[in-house]
Amino acid sequence: MAEAALRTLPFDKNRALQWLHTYGVYAGVGALLVVNSVITPHFLSAENFRTQAVQVAPVIIVALGMALVIGTEGVDLSVGAVMALAASVTALYLGYGLLPALLAVALFAAGVGLANGALVAVIGVQPIVATLALMVGGRGLALVLLPQLKDLRNPALASLGSGDVLGVPYLILIAAGLALLVAFVVRRTTFGRQLLAVGDSRPAAQLAGLPVRRVLIVVYVVSALLAAVAGVLATARLQASDPTSLGNLMELSAITAVVVGGTPLTGGRVNIAGTVAGAVLIQLLTATLIKHDLPPSWTQIAQAVVIVAAVYAARGRGKR
Amino acid sequence: MTTTGTDAPVTTASNEPEEATEPVGSARSERLSALTQQHGALAVLMLVSLVASFSFDTFATGDNLGNMATSSAFLAIVALGMTFVIITGGIDLSVGSLFALGGVLAAWGSRHGTLVALLLPLAVCGLIGAVNGLLVARSRLAPFIVTLAAMLGARGLMLALTDEGADTYLIGKGSVLAELGQGKTLGLGNPVWITLALFVAGAVALRRTRFGQHVYAVGGNEDAAALMGAPVARTKILVYTLSALLAGLAGALNAAWLASGVTILGSGMELEAISAVVIGGTLLTGGLGYVSGSLVGVLLLKVIQNVINQIGSLDSSYQQVVSGAFLAVVVIAQTWLGRRRQLM
Repeated sequence: MAEAALRTLPFDKNRALQWLHTYGVYAGVGALLVVNSVITPHFLSAENFRTQAVQVAPVIIVALGMALVIGTEGVDLSVGAVMALAASVTALYLGYGLLPALLAVALFAAGVGLANGALVAVIGVQPIVATLALMVGGRGLALVLLPQLKDLRNPALASLGSGDVLGVPYLILIAAGLALLVAFVVRRTTFGRQLLAVGDSRPAAQLAGLPVRRVLIVVYVVSALLAAVAGVLATARLQASDPTSLGNLMELSAITAVVVGGTPLTGGRVNIAGTVAGAVLIQLLTATLIKHDLPPSWTQIAQAVVIVAAVYAARGRGKR
Repeated sequence: MTTTGTDAPVTTASNEPEEATEPVGSARSERLSALTQQHGALAVLMLVSLVASFSFDTFATGDNLGNMATSSAFLAIVALGMTFVIITGGIDLSVGSLFALGGVLAAWGSRHGTLVALLLPLAVCGLIGAVNGLLVARSRLAPFIVTLAAMLGARGLMLALTDEGADTYLIGKGSVLAELGQGKTLGLGNPVWITLALFVAGAVALRRTRFGQHVYAVGGNEDAAALMGAPVARTKILVYTLSALLAGLAGALNAAWLASGVTILGSGMELEAISAVVIGGTLLTGGLGYVSGSLVGVLLLKVIQNVINQIGSLDSSYQQVVSGAFLAVVVIAQTWLGRRRQLM
């Protein structure tokens, strides 16, 4: 459409944008690493890297599920509420032991995901509204179950939150393992193919005989389960259940990570490596500004600029 | 064929693959579903209010109703702008941040006179809205993500202005601005009158002007609207600017009412506004919507909130559960009704 006009430019804007779209997020992470190792004191230490990675791990886990949902041309606003719900349910059932508590969390999360999926796939409600309802209701339910912050004293939970293998915290291992698993599912399994087909064109997927409804429902359940994992891990790290503030604005962080990572909002494509890099980019950006005593307001403005730049670079690359 | 219809409601009527499968001619049932779509929220509002006024002595008192009206006014102004955006098939997530920003700017500006206090928030918020509109209309970025960025950016700006939320600017007692927010005319708070005037103006603009026709046309089918010669890009830029202006104005009025620019306000307001608009019968797919419905939607949300507060023994978190469940029920009903109308 606008190609004719672009071709007359001496500088090939199209290719520059394409490069930016594909590799921009990695270039951004690289640039931040280089800049920080020069200007930020004590940046290049194992301790600092561990801190940053532990902080970003829950965001990555939530963003993985969000990437799958966005791949189907949907969005899941309820992930923050599911994290809060996971915190509440963990606190309620921890008395029976860690495993029963985790089982209960999984049941609650699957219920929320099932409700999202049913609203979207069976009733045909727009994803943004369906998950908005569960976002409001889910946070409310979390607060009904546990009205205020509660300290949790459980050795198993504590070791989940702060334990490590050879110096690498469980949180990082779990996030990395889940990222590999999700990337494998997207690239190498029938379900991954079906997911992308549904996101590419739902009517076409339907006509091709794909189980569209089942794929959508499973995607929303997976998103909720991943959010629940993040919620449990965050709770384990805090050693306290905080349904009021846990997961607040997490949906925005996750969407940002996915979009900055090069997954188009129009569905049909999922970039897991980019999503992880997107989460890391935002984390490093925030850390850089904080370490140089720039106020949080700058972080938000910077984040806004990064989002717009990322979608601008991705412009017109999805289907119309 | 029918399954395609039930599975692809997100697409607009124009690119749904199938033709009408239901028997044409059930004009009565079509009228009925249209009526439910448009006035269902009003019926529920009246029912809930009626039950509430019989159940609680304190509900239907002048004081309680007056307070509810004033506290609804600010959300209603935001929802008015959101209605226009949603009818064009877009969405504006930045209104909550703009609401907070507008309040802070009004309070900050009030030391330089009332005119500055009113014009500054409108100018800044209007500018942000125009940028939203430009990015959506000219650069064809998704409204969802553009306004998400604006939401972060506007809140960042607001925090930068207030020393990270530590400074709260006050509005002097007895100033014209304070009178505008706190005064009463004929027993109702001034913000309520302003809201009513804005809704009348909004309804006229939507129903009786060329701009209003363009708003519906863009939301109904953008390509068709462009082919008919409607100024699609200009219409979109205007609705996002309008939405931001109204959010800024609502924030300024709210600050005048509270006599200070409170920095923690407005978070989650975009979701409340969207809920109100959707409950009021405006379709998120665009092309169909009512300004009056959004007002009813806001009132319904506030009445439910009030009733839950009246019950007292119920924790306020139940309110969120009820609101969420209510929103789900409404969109399910709307999706059914909307599909029926599209098929016929």
